[in-house]
Amino acid sequence: MDINDIRGLSTVFVMIAFVGIFWWAFAPSRRKKFDDAANLPFADEEQHDRSLDDRTENNSSLDKQ
Amino acid sequence: MSNHMAAANANSIYNYHVVRQFSIMAIAWGIFGMGLGVLIASQLVWPDLNNILQPYTHFGRLRPLHTNSVIFAFGGCALFATSYYVVQRTCQVKLFGGWLIPFTFWGWQAVIVLAAITLPMGLTSSKEYAELEWPIDILLALVWISYAIVFFGTIMKRKTSHIYVANWFFGGFIATVAVLHIVNSAAIPVSLTKSYSAYAGAADAMVQWWYGHNAVGFFLTAGFLGMMYYFVPKQAGRPVYSYQLSIVHFWALISLYIWAGSHHLHYSALPDWAQSLGMVMSLILLAPSWGGMINGIMTLSGAWHKLRTDPTLRFLVVSLSFYGMSTFEGPMMAIKTVNALSHNTDWTIGHVHSGALGWVAMISIGSLYHLIPILFGKTGMWRTSLINVHFWLATSGTVLYIAAMWVNGITQGLMWRAFNADGSLTYSFIESVQASQGGYIVRVIGGGLFLLGMFVMAYNTYRTVRHGAPVQVAEQQPPSNTQAA
Repeated sequence: MDINDIRGLSTVFVMIAFVGIFWWAFAPSRRKKFDDAANLPFADEEQHDRSLDDRTENNSSLDKQ
Repeated sequence: MSNHMAAANANSIYNYHVVRQFSIMAIAWGIFGMGLGVLIASQLVWPDLNNILQPYTHFGRLRPLHTNSVIFAFGGCALFATSYYVVQRTCQVKLFGGWLIPFTFWGWQAVIVLAAITLPMGLTSSKEYAELEWPIDILLALVWISYAIVFFGTIMKRKTSHIYVANWFFGGFIATVAVLHIVNSAAIPVSLTKSYSAYAGAADAMVQWWYGHNAVGFFLTAGFLGMMYYFVPKQAGRPVYSYQLSIVHFWALISLYIWAGSHHLHYSALPDWAQSLGMVMSLILLAPSWGGMINGIMTLSGAWHKLRTDPTLRFLVVSLSFYGMSTFEGPMMAIKTVNALSHNTDWTIGHVHSGALGWVAMISIGSLYHLIPILFGKTGMWRTSLINVHFWLATSGTVLYIAAMWVNGITQGLMWRAFNADGSLTYSFIESVQASQGGYIVRVIGGGLFLLGMFVMAYNTYRTVRHGAPVQVAEQQPPSNTQAA
């Protein structure tokens, strides 16, 4: 076994890693978890409203954001 | 929508102060850096403009100041602003780091001001996109490590179970840029203002372009993809098209980009296998790049009609189109036979600006138009019509710029490789310069239009902050809402 075998194997390992990540991401068992994660940008309006208090006196909602 | 948060817990309120600072400075430095760009583009049309104040205003001294100020001052401030904003909102906690937070702002501004002083003085390490001399490099490293502490510290104390994908891209960008900057800037100082690279010969060139291309891949791509994954869904009002695809996109992009740098050194003293490796890796890069672009654009499926009325969303989506275009062009130019034609011509400059103006600047501008009203508690930008004006100035400016450089680049490449029957060159170099004159004029016009758009943005921002309708006023008087929003 010389250095070139290891070079060849590294390509196989990268391929396995790619398939692994692909499987991990698309496995149906994780679907719900990723759907929740995808909605994170829309999940914090109330903290945001309070953060604006330093500018806008009273509490208010930003319904378009 | 939630209301009446009388018992507000101070610890859970976001730090928007630093986000406002970086947002405003992004616009200011954008005008500065793009203004310099228009000046040096004009110098190539009217060489007398080099003589405004020699030697400080010479093209060779102002060109690195232009690249540093658009990439690191404009792009950098936009990245700081959006990453600090997105990490707080998607982790649902205040920024971590105490005094380190203002230090990242003032430290970053200090680096930019020092660059604006030293580069026209001719103090340079002569490494492209890493020209700053060693004392400034050390300050930059300290700022960047502080940035990493603030960002990753905020992620560690998050209240959400998942780390949103935008933060993965921001995190990858911050970690990699720290490594790139520290390795590439390693140097032996001989005085306060002069140093020599720690590497020699072809190895120095390889380290430089490992840095240089990953500055493109991580600073100008991964960071701005972080923006894309938050602001496109947010502005479109729907979650990203495929969250699973975004995970594959992230890992594929960061594991491939790091290998592509040697395509900058085709037909050089670099070993041939290293050149071919860079070419192959660049070609494979097309897959994750387009995967990400499709993911961003498809987020609008079912909401395409919003493009008709929302110029901010138009900025974001057109930036993705330019991203797709330049990430197709890049791998093509990395093919050695194509590179034999394009290398050292204006085609390269056109390619860079298709990415820099079309992708980086437009996604930043779109994100800032989304951010500014929110940060200052307004119902929207002062005038939506001015965003639309800006959009068309930016788009037509970019198209003029890159079209002119395509024509120039291919003309130059063909003229330089033309031989007579006896083996002598058909054209002298100056003949190719003369043939480029028309393209240089069109470039000044294109760049000027883009710069004009930035002035429109600055004015609209000023009016929004000063006179924009506050959120609570809009609630009390519903009719004013329609006009302002």
